[in-house]
Amino acid sequence: MTSAPLLRLQGIAKRFGALLANDGISLDLERGEVLALLGENGAGKSTLVSILFGHYVADAGRIEVDGRPLPPGQPAAALAAGIGMVHQHFTLADNLSVLDNVMLGTEPLWQPRSRRREARAALLQTAARFGLAVDPEARVAALSVGERQRVEILKALVSFGRKQGARILILDEPTAVLTPQESASLFDTLGQMVAAGLAVIFISHKLDEVLRVSHRIAVLRGGRLVGVLPAAGADKALIAEAMVGRRVAPPVKQRRAAGDVVLQLQGAVLRGDGARPLLDGVALSLRAGEVLAIAGVAGNGQQALAEVLSGERALDGGTLQLDGRPLPARPREWVAAGVARIPEDRQAVGVVGDLPLWENALLERYAAPAFARFGLIKRRVARAHAAQIVQRFDVRGTEGGGVDTVTRGLSGGNMQKLILGRALMSAPRPRSTAAGPPRGPGPAWGGPALGPAGDTPPRLIVANQPTWGLDIGAVAYVHQQLLDACAAGRALLLISEDLDEIFALADRIAVMHQGRLTAARPRDAWTLAEIGLAMAGTAAPAEPRHAA
Amino acid sequence: MRLERRDRPSRLALLAAPLAAVAVTLALSSLLVAWAGAPVGRAYALLIEGGFGSRFALTETLTRATPLILTGLSAALAFRARLYNIGIEGQLYAGAIAAVAVGGLHGGSGFAAPAPLLFALMIGAAMAAGALLLLGPALLKSRFGVDEVVTTLLLNFIVLLAVSALLDGPMKDPTAMGWPQSVALQDSLQLDKLVPRSRVHTGLLAALALSAALWALLRFTTLGFEIRAVGSGARAAAFAGMPVAATAVKVALLSGALAGLAGAVEVAGRTGYVTLDMSPGYGMSGVVIAMLAMLNPLAVVAAAVFVAGMLVGADSMSRAVAVPTYIADVIVAIALIGMLVATLLTQYRIRR
Repeated sequence: MTSAPLLRLQGIAKRFGALLANDGISLDLERGEVLALLGENGAGKSTLVSILFGHYVADAGRIEVDGRPLPPGQPAAALAAGIGMVHQHFTLADNLSVLDNVMLGTEPLWQPRSRRREARAALLQTAARFGLAVDPEARVAALSVGERQRVEILKALVSFGRKQGARILILDEPTAVLTPQESASLFDTLGQMVAAGLAVIFISHKLDEVLRVSHRIAVLRGGRLVGVLPAAGADKALIAEAMVGRRVAPPVKQRRAAGDVVLQLQGAVLRGDGARPLLDGVALSLRAGEVLAIAGVAGNGQQALAEVLSGERALDGGTLQLDGRPLPARPREWVAAGVARIPEDRQAVGVVGDLPLWENALLERYAAPAFARFGLIKRRVARAHAAQIVQRFDVRGTEGGGVDTVTRGLSGGNMQKLILGRALMSAPRPRSTAAGPPRGPGPAWGGPALGPAGDTPPRLIVANQPTWGLDIGAVAYVHQQLLDACAAGRALLLISEDLDEIFALADRIAVMHQGRLTAARPRDAWTLAEIGLAMAGTAAPAEPRHAA
Repeated sequence: MRLERRDRPSRLALLAAPLAAVAVTLALSSLLVAWAGAPVGRAYALLIEGGFGSRFALTETLTRATPLILTGLSAALAFRARLYNIGIEGQLYAGAIAAVAVGGLHGGSGFAAPAPLLFALMIGAAMAAGALLLLGPALLKSRFGVDEVVTTLLLNFIVLLAVSALLDGPMKDPTAMGWPQSVALQDSLQLDKLVPRSRVHTGLLAALALSAALWALLRFTTLGFEIRAVGSGARAAAFAGMPVAATAVKVALLSGALAGLAGAVEVAGRTGYVTLDMSPGYGMSGVVIAMLAMLNPLAVVAAAVFVAGMLVGADSMSRAVAVPTYIADVIVAIALIGMLVATLLTQYRIRR
């Protein structure tokens, strides 16, 4: 037994163009330890583990495993040294069995006989050792997300086909796709692994789970290691501050009596390409000033629901009413009727990246009388409107370019602020109606002109994963804007896979599983465990309890 | 080595890119000129002089540029909306045939109507023919996802064979001594000459005006906004409520109409009748010109004049020194590749 730590990183630095992604990072990892790597997007977590795993070559610094230097830029060397990695996006072959996946790439091509039996034994032994129950013959396609993750971990740990299994396991955002129960089971597994002397690097930006699972926390910010501290007794607010670099106020939620029913969905059915409908008899109702959150694991019909509630797709069955009236599936009419829509994929669906900022601010309402007459866009009005959005919603990154800045260059947070501003800020009144007798809407060149309804302030906000991939500061901003809008009487339908977000914002919560939606219950009537069960579809939704 | 996206390309780089591309083109082409055994400096001087150096050269270049501007605009507009119209050549011929069908000397005299009315009908028929030819592929694309590159490309051959059949059949000029060529256009429908004792005709003015009009359409109108948004982000445009399919149809009609107009303008301004070799690849050159112009309608004019000048200049040069006229095609092709690389480098930087 040497006194050297299991893993030692010394002065790791990596530069991408003008960006210093890693700036002299030194870290030790001991046996039997879970070290959390905590940081916002772009803090340098992924770069650091990519260097560790040999995907990138560091500009400076060295890596030692058990006191022996690790040759840079060779994933094979990292594997041989016992470093295993479980990526956020799984790297399994869906149409092969669990055993096939574990054996993949471990046997040389010229070997005459496959050592399947031995591999199977090794797999079962490792599975038993760490309490990772799997059926070696099951096809990966048939497994749940949690089970697939187990296979990924096993693949890293099994010693079959090489000198040793992984002794250092890197988990990149492992809980992003898991239900709370699956996360808890993962944490148990990690406990058994470190008890057996392995070490784990746990990458996350979720504070709560980091505090729960890790022994030490390394906080990265802007490529630098800003601190390493023991998890026991750590102050959450302090870590958040270290991560963001400034104090972040949690969103303030004002209590407000719910108003009239704004949105009502009954027996909504949407058929997909597969055998199972995307939406299977979904019912919900939402009142003004209220936040209804839809929880669920990705791919259970949330996207379909968002498309229906954005006016992109028509229902195949059931009814949909906005303010008591049906609304045809045409996005323009939804915008005109006062629905503020925030799509999940802000880069590809929210904005046209190649267009300047002001044109993206105009995208939903370019044909409205406020912005266009006789088929000509009122560029001055539109640019002024965009400038107002930039100012009111604090869109940064426009230095030098102003509203002509190409939208692609904005960060995710600023892009989301722009989308938020576009959706929430009502258009200026057309000057033609303010001065002189009202004229009719312009000719329908380039599409039907919107009526005066084009300028209603939003009644309903449909936000699909509004803070996905944003850093903490931007998340807080978006949350506060949404809550403020609700306090001003808008209804918010929030679709999210992030339970922290749901509990922070929601008045009522419903859970989606395989196209079905549970009855919505007040937030306080749900326990985390109940939501987890509903997300996994294992429990029929109980009768709504009457909360105070 | 890998490419990294620049946050925002500088304006200087955007201006320098075409110039750098032309410089690289001339440098690379000079190797071929030298290989052909001609003195490089003299060959280039002859090329430039033959394309731009005299009254005759300039008027010939402008004559050649007129259809190229129109086909270039046709391609630029379609490509802006990500509708890859490779069928401009066929649309041009369809327009030319339609023009002659309306305004030709059928049976020795043709339709009797006031010349302005017949002229308007002729132009209208040519534009409609080109537009309808592109409408099919555009609808197939938006309805069934059929690749428009394939359909428009293959339509070229269909149109050319159909034109060939017409030129040997119902449209054949009985006075052409057996040559496959159409009846001539009525004299009153021919375009006026712009410069006396040259072939430049008023079609050039129409092409210039359309270039400005298209620029304004893209920049100032709701339709132009739709075209640009649908072209660079169809998914986002659809989410925002833009009529994506309708925009594609409008673009197809406009682009096809421009190509059809190019055919009518060639017939009315230069040839006077349709033959199967009236277009030396104006359609494909239009694609090249649109790319050289980075899909900007105003820049299409400059690119078209450049390409026309190279073609005309190479003809003249090859008569003086032993360099085949194909050098013009090579120069244009290298210029296109150079332009594509230069554009890439304005968007990305190379990192090691």
